[in-house]
Amino acid sequence: MLYENAIKVLYIDLATGKIEIRRRTDLAGYLGGVGIASKLLDESMHPELPPLAPEQPLVLAIGAIAGIYPLITKTVAMFISPLTGELGESYAGGRLALTLSMAGYDAVVIHGKAPRPSYIAIDGDNIEIKDARAIWGMDSDVVGQFLRDQEKGSGKRSILRIGPAGENLVKFASVCVDTYRHFGRLGLGAVMGSKQVKAIIITGDKATEIKDFKEYFRVYQTIFRSVTATDLMTKYHDLGTSINVEAINALGAFPTNNLTANHFDDADQISGEAFAKNNLVRKMACTGCPVGCIHIGQFRREFDTGYEYESVSVGYDYELIYSLGSLLGINKTDEILHLIEAVEKTGMDAISAGVALAWATESLMKGLVTEAQTLLSLAFGDSEKYYQAIMYLANRENAFYQVLGEGTRFAGAKYNGKDFALQVAGNEIPGYHTGYGNLVGLTVGARHSHLCNGGYAIDQSITAFDENKAVDTLFNEELERCLVNSLVICLFARKVYNRETVLKALNAVNYNLTDADLTAIAKRIYTTKLRIKEKLGFDPRNVKLPKRFFETASIHGKLDPSVTERMIKLYVEKCSTLLAEEI
Amino acid sequence: MKVLKASAMNRCIGCLSCMITCAAVNQQNHSILKSAIHIKTSGGLSGKFIAIVCQACKDDVPCAEVCPTGALVKREGGGVLLDKEKCVGCQCCVAACTVDAITFDHVALLPIVCKHCGVCARFCPHKCLQLTEEVQ
Repeated sequence: MLYENAIKVLYIDLATGKIEIRRRTDLAGYLGGVGIASKLLDESMHPELPPLAPEQPLVLAIGAIAGIYPLITKTVAMFISPLTGELGESYAGGRLALTLSMAGYDAVVIHGKAPRPSYIAIDGDNIEIKDARAIWGMDSDVVGQFLRDQEKGSGKRSILRIGPAGENLVKFASVCVDTYRHFGRLGLGAVMGSKQVKAIIITGDKATEIKDFKEYFRVYQTIFRSVTATDLMTKYHDLGTSINVEAINALGAFPTNNLTANHFDDADQISGEAFAKNNLVRKMACTGCPVGCIHIGQFRREFDTGYEYESVSVGYDYELIYSLGSLLGINKTDEILHLIEAVEKTGMDAISAGVALAWATESLMKGLVTEAQTLLSLAFGDSEKYYQAIMYLANRENAFYQVLGEGTRFAGAKYNGKDFALQVAGNEIPGYHTGYGNLVGLTVGARHSHLCNGGYAIDQSITAFDENKAVDTLFNEELERCLVNSLVICLFARKVYNRETVLKALNAVNYNLTDADLTAIAKRIYTTKLRIKEKLGFDPRNVKLPKRFFETASIHGKLDPSVTERMIKLYVEKCSTLLAEEI
Repeated sequence: MKVLKASAMNRCIGCLSCMITCAAVNQQNHSILKSAIHIKTSGGLSGKFIAIVCQACKDDVPCAEVCPTGALVKREGGGVLLDKEKCVGCQCCVAACTVDAITFDHVALLPIVCKHCGVCARFCPHKCLQLTEEVQ
């Protein structure tokens, strides 16, 4: 914890109900966030057991200076991903980081499986595992409403919960955090479901005196000004990430109709401007973030005849407009919001769900699966069918949806449709068909996310492509983000939090670290993550990239598999050098 | 004398920068629980944000009226100032405030009272809070 030498870890064993709090002085070299979470995962995971075995841990961790500077707002979750079978790492904002720090924990490690459906209530040192039988089966939004009334701490608590998809162990089930934020990727929802944990509610009243007010507040103000008085963060607040729809589409990198095209003719109808004009009703922020990038869209739904209407509000972002919009050929903002609502309620990752349905549509068109299996005549552009398909997917309605719920890679292999299953190493792809930086970045990235190393940004910034340079940039970015994520800074603020600012922020609250220390911390963390991946049997050179990535042109033209292969090899060599280093 | 007015809460994004900076500047603490302004939601995050803060009562000031030791002194322009030396920690003021704007610090054994310094308004990124001159 802040101003203490020790990392405070809460251990919860669901099988026995045993609670333990340990002050770990040995974790200081990992700083916090993804650093301590990696270390805790490494020491408590069981590589020999399946990802959803009760013995496997679920780790949550906040950063070293969580909540006390602008945009240091996130919490990291680490686990073994049931979707990829290897390193699971996901981030969520909302109030979680603040509430964990007020509860007095840097990290929480949850083991075992509860004997019956349960929810965990963490109120400072008072931890209870409570009966959730009555709320098992509830949609994610309803369970939130129920717990808000049931538990105390209004306004200063955080509620994590899963929907039916998590209970049904859909391998890309998500965890909803505070209504509008999520641990979306890699299946944390299924991990919670496998442990019979419907929800986790966190509150606390720990207060921490500021040691050097003058210095701390001087740094706070500098950072605050740089995010509010400059245009550095404007795009995230104004139109939000959906501003990228038209930009990425214009570049020819906007996956459309299961990436049979890189351009969506109707992109202007689902652009950031279109959403703002048709649906935007509110903007919100994670606690401690003066930017406020959360965009809430509203639409009106007729739920019965006789003029029966309701208004529905959901959060939207670029990735969701891609996965539940262009990728499925949907060109109406209301319809995209409708599909977002479906994945929200059922509790599934929006990207993975959209990619799975896009694959199912093309498989049906190609005759690899039949309508008797899909139960619906899925067709690009038909959102009503997709809404129903999302329900089938979450409920694992029949044998086909059972398979699809294992992930797009699994379904592709099963039904002979792996060439157009849009996944890398088992994780469904985000919406940037930009080029080699993206494709190689997704392959080598620790969690196969565009946010591991920003490969999509490399593709957009270079004019003359150089394999070696691109690999160097990917590696250095991945390494530096290990440091940024040890503080769990929102990655939208990565330009604000350069090394100089990070050092000032840490130094002002008595973390007497140097630039060289930070480099060592980053290397220590990346090494730990690479070793975890090794233990779980992952080697990026064995990843089979689907043909579709090489058939549809990116912004750098059609990609050549021999180039990606060479780049992956180069990257692995750089990792080997790092692993051999004494840190 | 200026007073704080939460006059445009429809603009609020719920970032709590006001609470973070109030607690830091006025209580030298990292915890938002030490703030004299509280941002709350009604019915979860899909509800509207409201600011629970001193309304700068002027002529009739309930918290000052009930204070048995005269520790809460009427402030020019509205609201009160806390004289820590006189406070005995009885919490009568906490109960007297109709809008629940006074919380109690159980460690320091003192009420947390807004002094209308305006730090929260200065760090509000969305112009929800204003420090305005009270017209006589």
